[in-house]
Amino acid sequence: MSYKYDESARYAKSHEWARLEGDVVVVGISDYAQDLLSDVVYVELPEVGATVSAGEAVATVESVKAAEDVMAPVSGEVVAVNETLEDTPEVVNEDPYGAWFFKIKPSDPSELDALMDAAAYEAFVAEEEAG
Amino acid sequence: MTNLKRTPLYAVHVAMGGRMVPFAGYELPVQYPTGPTAEHHAVREAAGLFDIDHMGQFRIVGPDADAFLQYVQPRDLGKMKVWDAEYSYLCYEDGTFVDDIFIYRLPDAWYVVVNAANREKDLFWLDTLAAGFDCDIIDESDPTCMLALQGPKAQTVLQKLTDIDLDQVAFHTAARGQVAGIETLIGATGYTGEYGYELFFPAESAIAMWESLLEAGKEDGLLACGLAARDSLRFEACLPLYGHEITAQLNPVEARLSWVCDWDKGPWVGREAVLKHKLEKTPRLLVGLEMVERGVPREHYPVQAEGETIGWVTTGMKSPTLGKFLALAYVNRPYNRLGTEVDVIIRGKSRKAKVVRRPFYVPAYRRADA
Repeated sequence: MSYKYDESARYAKSHEWARLEGDVVVVGISDYAQDLLSDVVYVELPEVGATVSAGEAVATVESVKAAEDVMAPVSGEVVAVNETLEDTPEVVNEDPYGAWFFKIKPSDPSELDALMDAAAYEAFVAEEEAG
Repeated sequence: MTNLKRTPLYAVHVAMGGRMVPFAGYELPVQYPTGPTAEHHAVREAAGLFDIDHMGQFRIVGPDADAFLQYVQPRDLGKMKVWDAEYSYLCYEDGTFVDDIFIYRLPDAWYVVVNAANREKDLFWLDTLAAGFDCDIIDESDPTCMLALQGPKAQTVLQKLTDIDLDQVAFHTAARGQVAGIETLIGATGYTGEYGYELFFPAESAIAMWESLLEAGKEDGLLACGLAARDSLRFEACLPLYGHEITAQLNPVEARLSWVCDWDKGPWVGREAVLKHKLEKTPRLLVGLEMVERGVPREHYPVQAEGETIGWVTTGMKSPTLGKFLALAYVNRPYNRLGTEVDVIIRGKSRKAKVVRRPFYVPAYRRADA
């Protein structure tokens, strides 16, 4: 299978993408993740203002198949959530790099550097696919 | 996946991009690249084609075949004419389920369709009960391929491939003839809540039949559908699935299936126990739940009232047709009453739901205009 990658984003091993926009990190799930999940039917978002740590489960994405956690790729404060996903969760399948879940004001922007770039993530996905 | 069986269509599914998963001992497509939601809508609005070759088929023949089948299941077969097809189930003596089945009355035999996962168990059970009856139970599952063609356009699609006048094949009856040049038993039956057909024919013609149907249905919006759509379609229509709504720990009264039982036809296996449940009322009942607070109810999630667990979800999902988060669940009385508020525990969080009428989606064949 070939998947789409956003060259401007960085990626966690748990398949979130994180894109630095100004001074906030925008977070969603990768094309590979949405494909693996199948049709998304429900998204549960964190509270705006919540303090989160990198690797912490802060949102839930549920598909016809399963419920999966969405982790915060960096630590900081949740400054916005994409409420449109609550009514149109299918956007996660249709436009995974546009369908952001939440935005974090990072407490330590260097945490982004620990994530994979698009090329490294593509290799990681290929490995996962090979099983 | 080394011990999993494959249907004759395995390579076709893979070539079509089907996502293969283990189900009932088989590797079957859970979805195609179209996705389960689109596949579901295709069946409600046009037509869908399903590989259900994992299902088992038994032919029961012999001088005592009528008496035997009358004895092993609760429906009165005396009320079935030749070519009729009806739903039923097998019970143990204690009234719990062995399996649910579909019975076809053919001119020369009874034809029984069973769940894939229960095929060996059912055959053993029926063989045990057959002692003293002069009849043979022939397992024809392997040489037989079974496909389902379902949806409002199913008749249009199938009619292109057969000379049998499908207007004459009423819902829950069957006919025999050529489909795409292949000798086929056509059942006007299904598991989606739509009109449609289940086709039985020699396994060696599986690919020819599959491809003929897909080609014939192309202009009608026919889609190949996977297990996920099959599950969401039967769920909306509240058709039970063995292992979920019916198990060897549950009985037909609590599963709301005692309408199948004929109490006057004479003895049948499980009759006394099922009748006792019916007269005494079971402590729990299968109900429909609709989430009042958002959340996806899933199988095994606890159902609570006032902090006490009073039941469990057997199947739950976001209904593709209705757009609501719905569940089938067993709950203790008196929480079975329509409108009762209960809580479903979703991933550790309590979410409000209420008891609603079943079926969630009224099958096409049960509507007033049907």
